Amino acid sequence: MTATDADDARTFTVTGQDWDDLTDALKDVKDERIIVNMGPQHPSTHGVLRLILELEGETVTEARAGIGYLHTGIEKNLEFRPWTQGTTFVTRMDYLSPIFNETAYVLGVEKLLGIGAEVPEKADVIRVLLMELNRISSHLVAIATGGMELGALTVMTIGFRERELCLDLFEFITGLRMNHAYIRPGGIAQDVPEDTVARVSEFIELMKKRLPELAALCNANPIFKGRLEQVGYLDLEGCLALGLTGPVLRSTGYPWDLRKTQPYCGYEDYDFEVITWDTCDSYGRFRIRLAEMWESLRIMEQALKRLKDLDGAPVMVADKKIAWPSQLSVGADGQGNSLDHIRHIMGESMEALIHHFKLVTEGFRVPAGQAYVAIESPRGELAAHVVSDGGTKPYRVHFRDPSFTNLQATSVMSEGGMVADVIVAIASIDPVMGGVDR
Amino acid sequence: MNDQNIGQNSGMFGVEDTGDTSGYGGLTRQQATPSRTSDVGVQPYGGWFKELADALAFTEAEAVIHRGELTFHVRRERLLEALQVLRDELRFELCSGVSGVHYPADQGKELHAVYHLLSMTYNRRVRIETSAPDADPHVPSAVAIYPTLDWHERETYDMFGIVFDGHPGLTRILMPDDWPGHPQRKDYPLGGIPVEYKGATIPPPDTRRSYS
Repeated sequence: MTATDADDARTFTVTGQDWDDLTDALKDVKDERIIVNMGPQHPSTHGVLRLILELEGETVTEARAGIGYLHTGIEKNLEFRPWTQGTTFVTRMDYLSPIFNETAYVLGVEKLLGIGAEVPEKADVIRVLLMELNRISSHLVAIATGGMELGALTVMTIGFRERELCLDLFEFITGLRMNHAYIRPGGIAQDVPEDTVARVSEFIELMKKRLPELAALCNANPIFKGRLEQVGYLDLEGCLALGLTGPVLRSTGYPWDLRKTQPYCGYEDYDFEVITWDTCDSYGRFRIRLAEMWESLRIMEQALKRLKDLDGAPVMVADKKIAWPSQLSVGADGQGNSLDHIRHIMGESMEALIHHFKLVTEGFRVPAGQAYVAIESPRGELAAHVVSDGGTKPYRVHFRDPSFTNLQATSVMSEGGMVADVIVAIASIDPVMGGVDR
Repeated sequence: MNDQNIGQNSGMFGVEDTGDTSGYGGLTRQQATPSRTSDVGVQPYGGWFKELADALAFTEAEAVIHRGELTFHVRRERLLEALQVLRDELRFELCSGVSGVHYPADQGKELHAVYHLLSMTYNRRVRIETSAPDADPHVPSAVAIYPTLDWHERETYDMFGIVFDGHPGLTRILMPDDWPGHPQRKDYPLGGIPVEYKGATIPPPDTRRSYS
C-alpha cells in the first residue's frame, strides 16, 4: 500500500493483501467520507468497468461509471470493408450475444437492399434457433457471473457448465464458439450440419433437467434473496426516462418484448410468453432471465420442428448479385475451401470466375438510404442504424447497444444503498463491456 | 428528393447508364444524400404518418419516408420543441438514442444528429434528424427531455465533435479525455499498418483499392 497527499485529499493505493496496513493508516482519519475508485480491473465489476463511488461509511452517496476501456472503433472500421465483412466485426461487439449483433446488422442491410421478404424461410428458422440458443448462453453467463460476484461460486460453475453446452452447439453449427460471422446479408453463411436437429434436441432435453438445478439453488435461497430483493430498484418511469429495456424493463411488470411487439425473422409464428415480474428489483430480473431460458427452449423446439421439414431448402437469397458465390465448408484437408466451387470457377466457367471475383473483392452495392432495425437481445433493444450512400461499403453504422444505455442506470440504482449492493445492481443490469464500448 | 446529390464518387465500377463495363473510362458516380433518399410515390402518406406530420408542422419539419421508415428533418433551432411535442403529446416515451453521421459534402450541414424515438403506447417508431455546419457544430441538448440521451450525446460529441449545448457534463466518454480529434468523422484517418501474410503484404484497409 502507498499513501500520498495531494491537494486537499489523502490518496491510498491498495494492491491487495494489505488490508491491515490500510486500517492502520486510516485510524487517525475522522472523516467518514471516502471516494473509492473500483476497477477498471476488478473481479466484481462485470468486465472492464470503472466505478467511482463516493462513500459515507458503507453507504454509497454518489456512483459514477467510467467506460471506454474496451473501445475498439468497430463502427469506424465497418466503413472501410464491404457490407458482408461487416458481420465479422459486429459479432465482436457484445461478445456474449454475437448472433444478435449479426442479426441486427444484417436485418438493417437487408432492409436497405429491400430483400427482407426474399430471405428464405430456412435462414429465418436457423436465425431464430441460434438467437434463442444465444439467449440461453447469455442469460447463463449473466446469472453465473452475478452469482460469482455475490460469492455464490456454485451458481457460477453450474452456469458456465451449461453455457459450455451452448458453445459446443455453436461450434458444431457455425464452426466457432464465438465471433461466428454466420448470419450474412441475404441469409446465413452455410446450411446447418446433418446432425443438428438430433444434437439440439439432446441439448434441450438435458437443459430441461439442468435448469431446475439452478432454480433449486437460488429461487428460495434466503441468502440469495436477502442480497437481491429490493436491491437495484428502478420503476417503470425510471426505466423509460433512462431508456432501459430488456429484463430490467420487464421486471417492472411491463411486457415489452420486441419479439412480440415488432416481430422480425418470423417470431410472430412462434408460441411463447413474455416473462414479467413486478418487483422492479434484482431478484425479479434474475427470475425473468431464468424463466426466459425456458421460453427460449420452447421456441427452439418449435424451430427444430420447422427445420425438419426444410431439409435441403435454400439458406441464402436466390439473387446471385447478393448471395455469396460458394458454400464454404471445412474439408478433410482442414482448409475452408469448396473444391467443387473452385473446379467450377477455375476450370469450367469464365463468367463464374468473374462473378466470384467481383462479389468477393468488390462486394454488392446497397441503395442509398438509412434504416434503423431493432431486435430483442438478451439485454434489451439492440439496434443498428445503417446508412448507405449507394456504395459497396457502409457509409455509417451505429449500434444502439442495450448495455450502453442500461449502464446509465448505475447511479440511480445504487445511490443510497450499500457498497455491496452496487455489485448486485450492476450484475442485474448485466452490462457487457464489449457492447458498451464497441 | 433523389436529385439531392452531395458529391461524386470516382471508382472503377458501379456506374449505370454507360456501356463501359471495363471500369477504365474514368467513371464517376453521383453520391446521393442517404438521409434524404425517399421512396418514390409514397407522398401523400396516410395513417399516423400524416397525424405526426400535422403535429410537427409548426416546426417546419420536412418529412422523408424510406423503406417504410419516417424521418423528420428539423432545423436545430426547433429540435427541442419537436421532441417535446413528440414525447408529451404523441407519446414517444422512449428515445433509443442519438447517432451522428458526417456528410463532408453536404455544404452547410455537414454534421447530422439522428434521434430514434419509440412510442410504446402506439407501437410506432420515428426518426428525427437535425444538422449543424462544421464551422458551428452546435445542437441543443435534449437530456432534459429524454434523460437517456446523457451518454448518447456524450458519445456523439466524442465521435463527431457535435457540441450539445446545455448538456449537464459534455465530456468524452469512449476515448481518453485528452484525445485529439473526433474519430468517426470522415476526415479522421482510420490508421493501421501493412501486415505481412504468407509472404505477401496486405496494406491497411483505408489504403486498399476502393470500388465505391
